[in-house]
Amino acid sequence: MTKFKPGDRVRIRVGSPPGHFRTPAYIQGKVGIIKTIHGLFGNPESLAYGGDGLPKQVLYQVCFDQTQVWEKYKGSSKDKLLIDIYEHWLEPA
Amino acid sequence: MHKDHSLEAHVPVHDRHESTYYEKRTYAIQALLIEKGIITADEVRRAVEDMDSRTPALGARVVARAWVDPAFKARLLSDAKAAVAELGIDVSPLSVLVAVENTEKVHHVVVCTLCSCYPRSILGLPPDWYKSLNYRSRVVADPRGVLKEFGLELDPDVEVRVLDSTADMRYLVIPARPPGTENMSEEELAGLVTRDSMIGVAKARNPGGS
Repeated sequence: MTKFKPGDRVRIRVGSPPGHFRTPAYIQGKVGIIKTIHGLFGNPESLAYGGDGLPKQVLYQVCFDQTQVWEKYKGSSKDKLLIDIYEHWLEPA
Repeated sequence: MHKDHSLEAHVPVHDRHESTYYEKRTYAIQALLIEKGIITADEVRRAVEDMDSRTPALGARVVARAWVDPAFKARLLSDAKAAVAELGIDVSPLSVLVAVENTEKVHHVVVCTLCSCYPRSILGLPPDWYKSLNYRSRVVADPRGVLKEFGLELDPDVEVRVLDSTADMRYLVIPARPPGTENMSEEELAGLVTRDSMIGVAKARNPGGS
C-alpha cells in the first residue's frame, strides 16, 4: 500500500533534519508528478548510522518540468528532471 | 652492473602524494578492523581486485545485446538486474538497476547530485568528472550546456531527461544504435559502446571512428 500512485501531484517537503538525508535542497518545495513506484527500501536516514532502516519507506521516482525547477532554465519546456524520493518527504500538492 | 639498462635514464619514482584526512581515516578504520579480526587484509585486497576487474566493457556487452535482441532489450528495460545476470555478469553487489533508452526524441543523462552513485558493477569506477562538484551541480540545472561542453549538441526538439540517482536505483543509459551498423556483429557493436554513452554525456561511437 502506497500513499501515492503514478500521476499524483506531490510537493517535496522542506527540511534539513540533523544527520544524513537524501533529498537534495534544490528540489525541496518543488511540485512534481509521481512517475514510478520503485518499492520499499530501508530508510537511509537510519541506515547511515548503522540503524535497521525500519520502517522501510516507499521509494518513488518523481518527475519535474525543468522550467518549474529552475527559474532561468535554458532549454526546452519539454525537458524533465527525474529524481528518486522516499515517501516521508512527499506531501500531496 | 647491468650495461643494458641505463639507470640514469630513469626518473626515480617518489610517492609524493600526501594523504588526505579521509584517506588517513579510511586506513585507520581498516587497520582497526583487521586488528580486531573483523576483516582480513586479503579480503580487502580481493574486494579491490574485484572492483578493478569491472569495466565499462561489461555494460557495453549488455547494450550490444539489447541492440541485436529486441526481446532482451524489453527484459532489460523492465528488470535490468535480471537481464544483466542472464549474460553471466555478477550483479550481486547491485541494489536495483534501471535501464533507460536514448532515442532520437529522448535523451537521458545520469548524475548523483548528493555523492557519486554509479552502476559500478557493470561500469567499474566512475570517472573523476562524474564525482566533481562542477558536473554534479551543473548538469542538473543546465544539462544542455554541460552536454555541449562534452561535445554533444542536442536538437531543441529532443526531450532531455536528467536522472538524479539520489537513492537505491542505479541507472544505465542504453545509447541509440548508430546508423550504418546493420551488418555488424554483436561483438563489433560492443566496441562502439563507450562509458560516456552509458552515462548519457555522449552518443555511441560511429562505426567510422568517431
